[in-house]
Amino acid sequence: MKNLILIIISGALINNVVLNQFLGICSFLGVSKQMKASASLGGAVIFVITIASAVASLLYTYVLAPLGLDFMKTIVFILVIAALVQIVEMFLKKTSPGVYKSLGIYLPLITTNCAVLGVALTNVQNGYNFIESVLSGFGTAVGFTLAIVLLASIRTRIREEDIPAPLRGAPIVLISAALMSIAFMGFAGLSF
Amino acid sequence: MNKYVERLYNGVIKENPTLILLLGMCPTLAVSTRAMNGIGMGLSTTAVLILSNLVISLLRKTIPDEVRLPAYIVIVASLVTVTELLIEAYLPSLYEALGIYIPLIVVNCIILGRAEAYANKHTPLLSVMDGIGMGIGFTLALTVAGLIREMLGNGTAFGLQLLPKGIDPIGIFVQPPGAFLVIAFIIAIMNAIGIKTRQRKLVDGGCDGLCAGCTSKCDREASAK
Repeated sequence: MKNLILIIISGALINNVVLNQFLGICSFLGVSKQMKASASLGGAVIFVITIASAVASLLYTYVLAPLGLDFMKTIVFILVIAALVQIVEMFLKKTSPGVYKSLGIYLPLITTNCAVLGVALTNVQNGYNFIESVLSGFGTAVGFTLAIVLLASIRTRIREEDIPAPLRGAPIVLISAALMSIAFMGFAGLSF
Repeated sequence: MNKYVERLYNGVIKENPTLILLLGMCPTLAVSTRAMNGIGMGLSTTAVLILSNLVISLLRKTIPDEVRLPAYIVIVASLVTVTELLIEAYLPSLYEALGIYIPLIVVNCIILGRAEAYANKHTPLLSVMDGIGMGIGFTLALTVAGLIREMLGNGTAFGLQLLPKGIDPIGIFVQPPGAFLVIAFIIAIMNAIGIKTRQRKLVDGGCDGLCAGCTSKCDREASAK
Protein backbone atom coordinates (compact mmCIF):
# COMPACT_ATOMS: atom_id res chain seq x y z
CA MET A 1 0.00 0.00 0.00
CA LYS A 2 2.80 2.38 0.98
CA ASN A 3 4.48 1.48 -2.28
CA LEU A 4 1.40 2.46 -4.32
CA ILE A 5 1.02 5.83 -2.59
CA LEU A 6 4.71 6.47 -3.19
CA ILE A 7 4.23 5.83 -6.93
CA ILE A 8 1.53 8.52 -7.12
CA ILE A 9 3.51 11.06 -5.08
CA SER A 10 6.67 10.33 -7.03
CA GLY A 11 4.86 10.76 -10.35
CA ALA A 12 3.11 13.97 -9.36
CA LEU A 13 5.73 15.80 -7.31
CA ILE A 14 9.19 14.24 -7.02
CA ASN A 15 9.71 13.30 -10.68
CA ASN A 16 7.34 15.91 -12.08
CA VAL A 17 6.86 15.02 -15.71
CA VAL A 18 7.28 18.56 -17.03
CA LEU A 19 9.65 20.25 -14.64
CA ASN A 20 11.94 17.31 -13.99
CA GLN A 21 11.68 15.05 -17.04
CA PHE A 22 10.87 17.62 -19.74
CA LEU A 23 7.99 15.67 -21.28
CA GLY A 24 5.01 17.54 -22.70
CA ILE A 25 6.91 20.82 -22.89
CA CYS A 26 5.16 21.78 -26.14
CA SER A 27 1.71 22.02 -24.62
CA PHE A 28 3.12 23.19 -21.28
CA LEU A 29 4.56 26.32 -22.93
CA GLY A 30 1.95 26.66 -25.65
CA VAL A 31 -1.34 26.31 -23.81
CA SER A 32 -0.40 27.95 -20.49
CA LYS A 33 -1.29 31.38 -21.89
CA GLN A 34 -4.82 31.00 -20.58
CA MET A 35 -5.89 29.71 -17.20
CA LYS A 36 -9.13 28.12 -18.37
CA ALA A 37 -7.52 26.37 -21.32
CA SER A 38 -4.78 25.03 -19.05
CA ALA A 39 -7.28 23.53 -16.63
CA SER A 40 -9.23 21.92 -19.51
CA LEU A 41 -6.07 20.48 -21.02
CA GLY A 42 -5.05 19.18 -17.60
CA GLY A 43 -8.39 17.38 -17.25
CA ALA A 44 -8.07 15.83 -20.70
CA VAL A 45 -4.48 14.74 -20.01
CA ILE A 46 -5.40 13.05 -16.70
CA PHE A 47 -8.16 11.17 -18.51
CA VAL A 48 -6.07 10.06 -21.49
CA ILE A 49 -2.80 9.22 -19.70
CA THR A 50 -4.57 7.06 -17.09
CA ILE A 51 -6.43 5.07 -19.76
CA ALA A 52 -3.37 4.90 -22.03
CA SER A 53 -1.17 3.55 -19.22
CA ALA A 54 -3.77 0.87 -18.46
CA VAL A 55 -4.12 -0.22 -22.10
CA ALA A 56 -0.38 -0.09 -22.78
CA SER A 57 0.34 -2.16 -19.68
CA LEU A 58 -2.22 -4.83 -20.66
CA LEU A 59 -0.95 -4.95 -24.24
CA TYR A 60 2.65 -5.27 -23.15
CA THR A 61 2.05 -7.97 -20.52
CA TYR A 62 -0.36 -10.13 -22.52
CA VAL A 63 0.59 -9.56 -26.17
CA LEU A 64 4.04 -8.08 -26.76
CA ALA A 65 6.05 -9.78 -24.00
CA PRO A 66 4.75 -13.36 -24.54
CA LEU A 67 5.29 -13.09 -28.32
CA GLY A 68 8.82 -11.73 -27.88
CA LEU A 69 7.88 -8.52 -29.72
CA ASP A 70 9.44 -6.29 -27.10
CA PHE A 71 11.19 -4.12 -29.71
CA MET A 72 7.84 -3.24 -31.31
CA LYS A 73 6.64 -1.38 -28.21
CA THR A 74 7.32 2.15 -29.51
CA ILE A 75 5.32 1.59 -32.71
CA VAL A 76 2.49 -0.25 -30.96
CA PHE A 77 2.20 2.27 -28.12
CA ILE A 78 2.09 5.35 -30.35
CA LEU A 79 -0.60 3.77 -32.55
CA VAL A 80 -2.61 2.68 -29.51
CA ILE A 81 -2.40 6.19 -28.08
CA ALA A 82 -3.50 7.79 -31.36
CA ALA A 83 -6.41 5.36 -31.67
CA LEU A 84 -7.31 5.74 -28.01
CA VAL A 85 -7.54 9.51 -28.25
CA GLN A 86 -9.92 9.12 -31.20
CA ILE A 87 -12.07 6.59 -29.33
CA VAL A 88 -12.19 8.68 -26.16
CA GLU A 89 -13.19 11.65 -28.28
CA MET A 90 -16.04 9.79 -30.00
CA PHE A 91 -17.18 8.22 -26.72
CA LEU A 92 -17.30 11.55 -24.90
CA LYS A 93 -19.08 13.21 -27.81
CA LYS A 94 -21.89 10.62 -27.59
CA THR A 95 -22.19 10.12 -23.84
CA SER A 96 -21.31 13.44 -22.22
CA PRO A 97 -21.43 16.37 -24.65
CA GLY A 98 -20.83 18.78 -21.75
CA VAL A 99 -17.41 17.34 -20.90
CA TYR A 100 -16.61 16.99 -24.61
CA LYS A 101 -17.37 20.63 -25.21
CA SER A 102 -15.27 21.86 -22.31
CA LEU A 103 -12.26 19.81 -23.47
CA GLY A 104 -12.74 21.08 -27.01
CA ILE A 105 -9.72 20.84 -29.26
CA TYR A 106 -7.41 19.86 -26.41
CA LEU A 107 -8.37 16.21 -26.71
CA PRO A 108 -6.94 15.59 -30.22
CA LEU A 109 -3.83 17.58 -29.35
CA ILE A 110 -2.89 15.05 -26.70
CA THR A 111 -1.68 12.53 -29.29
CA THR A 112 1.35 14.71 -29.89
CA ASN A 113 2.00 15.18 -26.18
CA CYS A 114 5.15 13.20 -25.52
CA ALA A 115 4.20 12.72 -21.87
CA VAL A 116 1.66 10.03 -22.85
CA LEU A 117 4.17 7.88 -24.73
CA GLY A 118 6.84 8.71 -22.15
CA VAL A 119 4.76 7.38 -19.25
CA ALA A 120 3.84 4.18 -21.13
CA LEU A 121 7.51 3.49 -21.91
CA THR A 122 8.73 4.35 -18.40
CA ASN A 123 6.16 1.98 -16.88
CA VAL A 124 7.50 -0.88 -18.99
CA GLN A 125 11.08 0.10 -18.16
CA ASN A 126 10.34 0.08 -14.41
CA GLY A 127 8.58 -3.29 -14.72
CA TYR A 128 5.33 -1.99 -13.17
CA ASN A 129 2.34 -4.33 -12.98
CA PHE A 130 -1.15 -3.27 -14.11
CA ILE A 131 -2.20 -1.42 -10.95
CA GLU A 132 1.17 0.28 -10.54
CA SER A 133 1.08 1.41 -14.19
CA VAL A 134 -2.38 2.94 -13.84
CA LEU A 135 -1.41 4.74 -10.62
CA SER A 136 1.86 5.97 -12.06
CA GLY A 137 0.00 7.26 -15.13
CA PHE A 138 -2.56 9.00 -12.93
CA GLY A 139 0.13 10.53 -10.70
CA THR A 140 2.14 11.77 -13.65
CA ALA A 141 -0.91 13.37 -15.25
CA VAL A 142 -1.83 15.09 -11.97
CA GLY A 143 1.75 16.42 -11.88
CA PHE A 144 1.35 17.76 -15.43
CA THR A 145 -1.94 19.46 -14.55
CA LEU A 146 -0.46 20.98 -11.40
CA ALA A 147 2.52 22.36 -13.31
CA ILE A 148 0.53 23.81 -16.22
CA VAL A 149 -2.10 25.44 -13.97
CA LEU A 150 0.63 26.98 -11.79
CA LEU A 151 2.50 28.31 -14.85
CA ALA A 152 -0.73 29.70 -16.31
CA SER A 153 -1.43 31.64 -13.13
CA ILE A 154 2.14 32.97 -13.09
CA ARG A 155 1.73 34.07 -16.70
CA THR A 156 -1.48 35.99 -16.00
CA ARG A 157 0.57 38.05 -13.51
CA ILE A 158 3.57 38.44 -15.81
CA ARG A 159 1.27 40.00 -18.39
CA GLU A 160 0.82 43.07 -16.15
CA GLU A 161 4.53 43.57 -15.57
CA ASP A 162 7.05 45.68 -17.45
CA ILE A 163 9.59 43.12 -18.65
CA PRO A 164 12.87 44.04 -20.42
CA ALA A 165 12.24 43.79 -24.17
CA PRO A 166 14.60 40.88 -25.02
CA LEU A 167 13.03 38.73 -22.32
CA ARG A 168 9.45 39.17 -23.54
CA GLY A 169 7.70 36.12 -24.92
CA ALA A 170 9.37 32.73 -24.65
CA PRO A 171 12.37 33.68 -22.45
CA ILE A 172 10.38 34.96 -19.46
CA VAL A 173 8.11 31.90 -19.60
CA LEU A 174 11.15 29.61 -19.59
CA ILE A 175 12.65 31.54 -16.67
CA SER A 176 9.38 31.17 -14.73
CA ALA A 177 9.49 27.45 -15.50
CA ALA A 178 13.09 27.32 -14.25
CA LEU A 179 12.08 28.92 -10.93
CA MET A 180 9.16 26.48 -10.61
CA SER A 181 11.56 23.67 -11.34
CA ILE A 182 13.87 24.83 -8.53
CA ALA A 183 10.88 24.88 -6.17
CA PHE A 184 9.89 21.37 -7.23
CA MET A 185 13.42 20.13 -6.55
CA GLY A 186 12.51 20.59 -2.89
CA PHE A 187 10.12 17.63 -3.20
CA ALA A 188 13.13 15.36 -3.68
CA GLY A 189 13.26 15.32 0.12
CA LEU A 190 9.96 13.39 0.09
CA SER A 191 11.50 10.26 -1.43
CA PHE A 192 12.12 7.78 1.33
CA MET B 1 22.02 30.35 -54.52
CA ASN B 2 21.36 26.84 -55.72
CA LYS B 3 18.05 25.58 -54.31
CA TYR B 4 19.64 22.55 -52.65
CA VAL B 5 22.20 24.70 -50.83
CA GLU B 6 19.38 27.10 -49.96
CA ARG B 7 17.66 24.22 -48.07
CA LEU B 8 20.79 23.74 -45.92
CA TYR B 9 21.05 27.47 -45.18
CA ASN B 10 17.35 27.56 -44.37
CA GLY B 11 17.56 24.68 -41.90
CA VAL B 12 20.74 25.73 -40.13
CA ILE B 13 20.24 29.49 -39.94
CA LYS B 14 17.10 31.04 -41.35
CA GLU B 15 14.57 28.61 -39.88
CA ASN B 16 16.68 26.90 -37.24
CA PRO B 17 14.12 24.46 -35.79
CA THR B 18 15.13 24.86 -32.14
CA LEU B 19 16.20 28.48 -31.81
CA ILE B 20 14.01 30.25 -34.38
CA LEU B 21 10.93 28.01 -34.70
CA LEU B 22 11.11 26.77 -31.08
CA LEU B 23 10.30 23.17 -32.03
CA GLY B 24 11.44 19.99 -30.33
CA MET B 25 11.90 21.62 -26.95
CA CYS B 26 11.55 18.37 -24.96
CA PRO B 27 14.79 16.71 -26.15
CA THR B 28 16.58 20.07 -26.25
CA LEU B 29 15.91 20.65 -22.56
CA ALA B 30 16.34 17.05 -21.49
CA VAL B 31 19.57 15.84 -23.05
CA SER B 32 21.61 19.05 -23.13
CA THR B 33 23.39 18.22 -19.85
CA ARG B 34 26.59 17.38 -21.78
CA ALA B 35 27.82 18.60 -25.17
CA MET B 36 28.46 14.99 -26.27
CA ASN B 37 24.88 13.98 -25.40
CA GLY B 38 23.68 16.93 -27.48
CA ILE B 39 25.67 15.74 -30.49
CA GLY B 40 24.50 12.15 -30.04
CA MET B 41 20.83 13.10 -29.76
CA GLY B 42 21.15 15.62 -32.61
CA LEU B 43 22.71 13.10 -34.99
CA SER B 44 20.21 10.34 -34.10
CA THR B 45 17.34 12.73 -34.78
CA THR B 46 19.03 13.90 -37.99
CA ALA B 47 19.30 10.32 -39.26
CA VAL B 48 15.61 9.68 -38.56
CA LEU B 49 14.62 13.04 -40.06
CA ILE B 50 16.55 12.50 -43.33
CA LEU B 51 15.14 8.99 -43.81
CA SER B 52 11.59 9.94 -42.85
CA ASN B 53 11.67 12.93 -45.22
CA LEU B 54 12.95 10.65 -47.98
CA VAL B 55 10.36 7.90 -47.44
CA ILE B 56 7.45 10.30 -47.00
CA SER B 57 8.48 12.28 -50.07
CA LEU B 58 8.69 9.08 -52.13
CA LEU B 59 5.27 7.98 -50.91
CA ARG B 60 3.66 11.42 -51.12
CA LYS B 61 1.45 10.44 -54.08
CA THR B 62 0.58 7.02 -52.61
CA ILE B 63 -0.57 7.94 -49.11
CA PRO B 64 -4.22 9.07 -49.11
CA ASP B 65 -4.69 12.48 -47.60
CA GLU B 66 -7.17 11.41 -44.90
CA VAL B 67 -4.86 8.89 -43.22
CA ARG B 68 -1.59 10.71 -43.77
CA LEU B 69 -0.85 11.45 -40.11
CA PRO B 70 -1.18 7.83 -38.90
CA ALA B 71 0.87 6.75 -41.94
CA TYR B 72 3.62 9.26 -41.09
CA ILE B 73 3.62 8.14 -37.46
CA VAL B 74 4.10 4.48 -38.48
CA ILE B 75 6.97 5.39 -40.82
CA VAL B 76 8.69 7.55 -38.21
CA ALA B 77 8.14 5.00 -35.41
CA SER B 78 9.69 2.21 -37.52
CA LEU B 79 12.73 4.36 -38.33
CA VAL B 80 13.12 5.31 -34.67
CA THR B 81 12.97 1.65 -33.60
CA VAL B 82 15.73 0.79 -36.09
CA THR B 83 17.84 3.71 -34.84
CA GLU B 84 17.26 2.70 -31.22
CA LEU B 85 18.39 -0.88 -31.86
CA LEU B 86 21.50 0.33 -33.74
CA ILE B 87 22.49 2.73 -30.94
CA GLU B 88 21.91 0.02 -28.33
CA ALA B 89 24.16 -2.36 -30.26
CA TYR B 90 27.01 -0.07 -31.28
CA LEU B 91 27.00 2.89 -28.84
CA PRO B 92 25.89 1.44 -25.49
CA SER B 93 27.20 4.38 -23.45
CA LEU B 94 25.19 6.87 -25.53
CA TYR B 95 22.15 4.56 -25.23
CA GLU B 96 22.55 4.67 -21.45
CA ALA B 97 22.90 8.48 -21.38
CA LEU B 98 19.92 9.27 -23.64
CA GLY B 99 17.65 6.56 -22.21
CA ILE B 100 13.95 7.08 -22.82
CA TYR B 101 14.54 10.10 -25.05
CA ILE B 102 15.61 7.86 -27.96
CA PRO B 103 12.18 6.21 -28.44
CA LEU B 104 10.63 9.64 -27.81
CA ILE B 105 12.17 10.89 -31.08
CA VAL B 106 8.88 9.56 -32.52
CA VAL B 107 6.95 12.44 -30.99
CA ASN B 108 9.62 15.06 -31.75
CA CYS B 109 7.68 17.95 -33.26
CA ILE B 110 10.41 18.65 -35.83
CA ILE B 111 10.03 15.31 -37.62
CA LEU B 112 6.24 15.29 -38.05
CA GLY B 113 6.38 19.03 -38.67
CA ARG B 114 8.81 18.69 -41.60
CA ALA B 115 6.86 15.75 -43.01
CA GLU B 116 3.68 17.80 -42.98
CA ALA B 117 5.17 21.16 -43.97
CA TYR B 118 7.79 20.10 -46.52
CA ALA B 119 8.35 16.44 -47.44
CA ASN B 120 4.81 15.73 -48.63
CA LYS B 121 4.96 18.54 -51.17
CA HIS B 122 8.51 18.32 -52.55
CA THR B 123 10.79 15.98 -54.50
CA PRO B 124 12.81 13.32 -52.60
CA LEU B 125 16.17 15.02 -53.19
CA LEU B 126 14.97 18.40 -51.94
CA SER B 127 13.33 16.71 -48.94
CA VAL B 128 16.57 14.94 -48.06
CA MET B 129 18.45 18.25 -48.23
CA ASP B 130 15.77 19.80 -46.03
CA GLY B 131 16.23 16.94 -43.54
CA ILE B 132 20.00 17.43 -43.52
CA GLY B 133 19.67 21.21 -43.02
CA MET B 134 17.09 20.94 -40.23
CA GLY B 135 19.05 18.10 -38.62
CA ILE B 136 22.29 20.06 -38.57
CA GLY B 137 20.46 23.10 -37.20
CA PHE B 138 18.96 20.99 -34.42
CA THR B 139 22.32 19.30 -33.65
CA LEU B 140 24.11 22.66 -33.48
CA ALA B 141 21.53 24.14 -31.12
CA LEU B 142 21.65 21.08 -28.85
CA THR B 143 25.45 21.06 -28.82
CA VAL B 144 25.68 24.77 -27.99
CA ALA B 145 23.13 24.41 -25.17
CA GLY B 146 24.92 21.28 -23.96
CA LEU B 147 28.31 22.97 -24.05
CA ILE B 148 27.10 25.98 -22.05
CA ARG B 149 25.44 23.76 -19.45
CA GLU B 150 28.46 21.45 -19.23
CA MET B 151 30.91 24.34 -18.82
CA LEU B 152 28.86 26.16 -16.17
CA GLY B 153 27.52 23.15 -14.34
CA ASN B 154 30.36 20.68 -14.53
CA GLY B 155 33.43 22.75 -15.41
CA THR B 156 34.23 20.62 -18.45
CA ALA B 157 33.86 20.88 -22.24
CA PHE B 158 33.36 17.65 -24.21
CA GLY B 159 34.64 15.86 -21.10
CA LEU B 160 37.88 17.89 -20.86
CA GLN B 161 38.49 19.65 -17.54
CA LEU B 162 38.28 23.45 -17.98
CA LEU B 163 38.00 24.83 -14.46
CA PRO B 164 41.06 24.45 -12.23
CA LYS B 165 40.61 22.20 -9.21
CA GLY B 166 39.33 24.11 -6.18
CA ILE B 167 36.76 26.19 -8.08
CA ASP B 168 33.32 24.64 -7.77
CA PRO B 169 31.13 24.67 -10.88
CA ILE B 170 27.51 25.88 -10.55
CA GLY B 171 25.80 22.54 -10.14
CA ILE B 172 22.28 23.79 -10.85
CA PHE B 173 23.09 24.19 -14.55
CA VAL B 174 23.29 20.44 -15.13
CA GLN B 175 20.07 19.93 -13.17
CA PRO B 176 16.58 20.48 -14.65
CA PRO B 177 16.23 24.22 -13.79
CA GLY B 178 19.50 24.95 -15.63
CA ALA B 179 18.00 23.65 -18.87
CA PHE B 180 15.14 26.15 -18.76
CA LEU B 181 17.49 29.00 -17.78
CA VAL B 182 20.11 28.37 -20.48
CA ILE B 183 17.55 28.08 -23.29
CA ALA B 184 15.73 31.17 -21.97
CA PHE B 185 18.91 33.24 -22.07
CA ILE B 186 20.00 31.93 -25.49
CA ILE B 187 16.65 33.09 -26.90
CA ALA B 188 16.85 36.37 -24.95
CA ILE B 189 20.32 37.09 -26.38
CA MET B 190 19.03 36.34 -29.87
CA ASN B 191 16.13 38.73 -29.27
CA ALA B 192 18.54 41.39 -28.02
CA ILE B 193 20.72 41.26 -31.14
CA GLY B 194 17.66 41.35 -33.33
CA ILE B 195 17.15 37.76 -34.44
CA LYS B 196 13.43 37.23 -34.06
CA THR B 197 11.98 33.89 -33.07
CA ARG B 198 9.01 33.02 -35.21
CA GLN B 199 6.18 31.50 -33.26
CA ARG B 200 2.98 30.95 -35.12
CA LYS B 201 -0.04 32.92 -34.07
CA LEU B 202 -2.30 31.32 -31.54
CA VAL B 203 -5.07 29.49 -33.36
CA ASP B 204 -8.23 28.88 -31.40
CA GLY B 205 -6.59 29.40 -28.04
CA GLY B 206 -4.89 26.04 -28.18
CA CYS B 207 -2.22 25.81 -30.80
CA ASP B 208 0.98 27.69 -30.57
CA GLY B 209 3.96 27.70 -32.87
CA LEU B 210 5.72 25.81 -30.11
CA CYS B 211 4.48 22.52 -31.47
CA ALA B 212 4.58 21.64 -35.13
CA GLY B 213 3.15 18.20 -34.51
CA CYS B 214 -0.11 19.79 -33.58
CA THR B 215 0.00 22.65 -36.08
CA SER B 216 -1.35 20.39 -38.80
CA LYS B 217 -4.23 19.50 -36.53
CA CYS B 218 -4.76 23.13 -35.63
CA ASP B 219 -4.77 24.17 -39.27
CA ARG B 220 -7.42 21.58 -39.97
CA GLU B 221 -9.45 22.68 -36.96
CA ALA B 222 -9.18 26.27 -38.13
CA SER B 223 -10.09 25.47 -41.72
CA ALA B 224 -13.05 23.36 -40.59
CA LYS B 225 -14.57 26.40 -38.94
